[in-house]
Amino acid sequence: MSATGIGAAVRRKEDFRFITGQGTYVDDINRPGQTHAYFLRSPHAHAKLRNVDIAKASKMPGVVAILTGADVAAAKLGGLPCGWLIHSKDGSPMKEPPHPILVADKVRHVGDNVAVVIAESYAQAKDAAAAIEVDYQVLPAVPTIDAAEKAGALVHDDVAGNVCYDWHLGDKAATDAAFAKAANVTKLDIVNNRLIPNAIEPRAAIAEYDRASDAYTVYTTTQNPHVIRLLMGAFVLQLPEHKLRIVAPDVGGGFGSKIFLYAEETVLTWASKKVGRPIRWTAERSESFLTDAHGRDHVTHAELALDKNGKFLALRVSTKANLGAYLSTFGSSVPTYLYATLLAGQYTTPVIYAEVKSFFTNSTAVDAYRGAGRPEATFILESIVNKAAAEMKIDQVEIRRRNFIQPNQFPYQTPVALQYDIGNYEATMAEALKVSDYAGFEKRRAEAKSRGKLRGIGVSAYIEACGIAPSNIAGALGARAGLYEAAEVRFHPTGSVSVFTGSHAHGQGHETTFAQVVADKLGVPFESIDIVHGDTNKVLFGMGTYGSRSLAVGGTALVKACDKIIAKGKKIAAHLLEAAEADIEFKAGKFSVAGTDKGVTMGEVAFAAYVPHKYPLDKLEPGLNENAFYDPANFTFPAGTYVCEVEIDPDTGTTQVVSFVAVDDFGKIVNPMIVEGQVHGGLVQGLGQAMIENAVYDANGQLQSGSFMDYGMPRADMVPSFKVSTKETACTHNLLGVKGCGEAGAIGSPAAFMNAVKDALAPVGVSHIEMPATPHRIWQAIRSKGMKQAAE
Amino acid sequence: MYDFAYEKPKDVGAAAAALKGEAKLLAGGQTLIPTLKQRLARPSKLIDLGAVAALAGISVSGNVAKIGAMTRHAAVADNADVKKAIPALAALAGGIGDPQVRNSGTIGGSLANNDPAADYPAAVLGLGATIETNKRKIEADAFFKGMFETALGADEVIVAVHFPAPKRAAYTKFKNPASRYAIVGVFVAETATGVRVAVTGAGPCVFRATALEQSLAKNFSAWAVEGYAHPAKGLNADIHASADYRAHLIGVMAKRAVAAAK
Repeated sequence: MSATGIGAAVRRKEDFRFITGQGTYVDDINRPGQTHAYFLRSPHAHAKLRNVDIAKASKMPGVVAILTGADVAAAKLGGLPCGWLIHSKDGSPMKEPPHPILVADKVRHVGDNVAVVIAESYAQAKDAAAAIEVDYQVLPAVPTIDAAEKAGALVHDDVAGNVCYDWHLGDKAATDAAFAKAANVTKLDIVNNRLIPNAIEPRAAIAEYDRASDAYTVYTTTQNPHVIRLLMGAFVLQLPEHKLRIVAPDVGGGFGSKIFLYAEETVLTWASKKVGRPIRWTAERSESFLTDAHGRDHVTHAELALDKNGKFLALRVSTKANLGAYLSTFGSSVPTYLYATLLAGQYTTPVIYAEVKSFFTNSTAVDAYRGAGRPEATFILESIVNKAAAEMKIDQVEIRRRNFIQPNQFPYQTPVALQYDIGNYEATMAEALKVSDYAGFEKRRAEAKSRGKLRGIGVSAYIEACGIAPSNIAGALGARAGLYEAAEVRFHPTGSVSVFTGSHAHGQGHETTFAQVVADKLGVPFESIDIVHGDTNKVLFGMGTYGSRSLAVGGTALVKACDKIIAKGKKIAAHLLEAAEADIEFKAGKFSVAGTDKGVTMGEVAFAAYVPHKYPLDKLEPGLNENAFYDPANFTFPAGTYVCEVEIDPDTGTTQVVSFVAVDDFGKIVNPMIVEGQVHGGLVQGLGQAMIENAVYDANGQLQSGSFMDYGMPRADMVPSFKVSTKETACTHNLLGVKGCGEAGAIGSPAAFMNAVKDALAPVGVSHIEMPATPHRIWQAIRSKGMKQAAE
Repeated sequence: MYDFAYEKPKDVGAAAAALKGEAKLLAGGQTLIPTLKQRLARPSKLIDLGAVAALAGISVSGNVAKIGAMTRHAAVADNADVKKAIPALAALAGGIGDPQVRNSGTIGGSLANNDPAADYPAAVLGLGATIETNKRKIEADAFFKGMFETALGADEVIVAVHFPAPKRAAYTKFKNPASRYAIVGVFVAETATGVRVAVTGAGPCVFRATALEQSLAKNFSAWAVEGYAHPAKGLNADIHASADYRAHLIGVMAKRAVAAAK
């Protein structure tokens, strides 16, 4: 292993510009003649727009233009599209009501866009927006699943019962039959709490139209610029790709929320031609709370059938999912194909049946958020496994061990569509148990008890599916896009390299990791390689970054491009060395003639390709520049075991995480330091969900947790120093053997924490508690048991 | 924020004179500035107290710590004399917000705002401090009138706060998991005039827990408040904590404060 190649803990080269304040985010960009936009948003969760009067506002100082839903309707623009078509049990397609970029008929959630004011300054735009007179006829709101199901009101007039689709997966009859033979059936009702992403950089966009070229440039905070170009251009504004350039410069975190096409950047692009000047907008934090797509929000009933030895016979899951007011870009796929397909977990459960009913509600749209469906599946499975273990008096580790898919069973076909290529679940669990001293726990519990504290330990053995693929199967299941990735490796004449990738980095460290891959494959110095991403006019194509796909899919495309470089390099080297191409070997940046000491470096080959004086011009084009597309044959399946240990203060309900051990199998690892950082971040996000994060709407659809005063973000002092390590089974179907590590922490940790809390509370008779397990909830749970005991 | 006029007087008299109509005093700005940014307030003028030298500074003489209205929380937390005379006060100041807040926020600003979840009101009421204004001296028991409401007159400016050193005292708070403001904060002090217990965060305004004071007057020990059940009636309830929970936490925090008092 070289100091900068695959496997080396190379320091992130992008960090220099970030920590010295040299990053360029959208809000750092200023364009000559720019104007400022402010969006007038609905203060109501559900209301008819009887009238929107802009007469007074239009005369306010500095106002350049005001556009409303009526203007959008008159321009016959499309609505925001949904990228995945789900079919209901009865074969009918999901309901796809329009998702207008500015609302004309009625508003459907607090924060819905009513109008945009474009002015010389932001303050002037805001002042003018306050002068727009909107006549709202307020309607009853249905912000939650429960309210939407009771259908007190319809979010979309033509969507009966507010149901978008009623979908299922798996063999119902076989599952029912297996339940009939069960020795024990464990039942669980559980909520997956709604989350607000809160990337540190709020969404922002600058759109400008160039009359000379009749083309648009949009700087925007996106995780996938080419996807935005396709969706905005083809589906909403009818702009061809060559006239629409999307630039995603430095982006300050996404966690999924910046995958989607939103109304704001679309409105700005459309308006930029009308105004004839660049228009900029940066969300205020309160707008982020109201309009960035939220995550999770499921209510589930699950049942697990077991034989008398604790072996899983069948799993039955019925979930209701909140989609919010509109279908966001991938909102439909998250509670279906990204969720129910993961319900086998690490276990040999032979039959599984899942049904998912998704509802429109008067709330912000819900879509992919770090893990996207997989945390929800893991949380249910790992919760019900522990509940079953408790009911059958089997240790939480032992019950998992009895049900693990064994290493010799791979490739393993689950009953919920996925085929796992490889894994070793016992290996990661054994290591996690060792590091956490699971065997010594009861001693620690007793010691804590002597101090009046309740101590608990929780295990969670998660699996995730990364790098959603292949495109043809995803397409057959309703995906409306391909799921490949593109890469280009461009040598310059003197041997330095520009690498273009369709993956986009917004915190992941691709500029380092991808350069390590290229340095390793081509033997070029790490410092001579730059990674270029985030600009549709520079990068040939790309599907972007989400679902922990960048290295497994984008990295593999890169390796393929490197292989093409090597193949062409061999031809050039053969000519330079006057040898047969078949005799040329490539290793560590050098082409040599097998069995001799004759050789040329990659740099010399690149120079010959661009200054082709000694070059086989009759047989070979000059230049050294290759691109590749890679469409994976399968998902990758990272897996691992997390062990969380907590101590609860029964007087206040406060939980302290005293220890957290994560042992992951991410396959081959390119940069262990970056992987560790990704795991840390994921764990904190998952613990945030389990401990304090919660999006709460009141009955009128007002977001009660609409600021950091009321929405609990995890903080460094809430978590211990994580003990993180990895085990490796290399992915069998990509060239790097990698699986992906971006979401694992957020997927596996909520159940580990909640299982630990339930373990701690079991001695006082509390068996169930919902996320987030805040001190208040824990105290209430303990107290209600105390009251019951007192009454008995 | 909306437009406003701005004035930066050099002395208290000029500040008070400017305090007319919809004018507002700007101290550390930790509440006022976010309020302005969100367009939740529209003052005609901001009177920035940052240049009034007479308002800043700490002096401890005899049995009293005098803290100027514009003294930052961090200065109180780090002051050796305060730490010695009233360690509970220094500790309370050191636990307000985060380092940014502590280096901007002021004691005068906090008291004049009287946020129901602020920390300083608990110390002022718990220690029986005196608030000195440009016009008079106001006893703590007469100062806090209700939610965001004080005894301050329209053109009255807090100049300093005088804290008598107690025999022993401590402040314990249970933090809101999101904002980290006090869900319940209890300041317990054994003073020359008796035991005082002030509770912040739990109700619409800081208040004294007289039943606790009576128990502790008999026996100043954690045992004396064991099992104390504060009535939930009238306490705050929100998405973070029910009134019952707050009532319960008053007992727990009081017990811990008594145990920690020094």
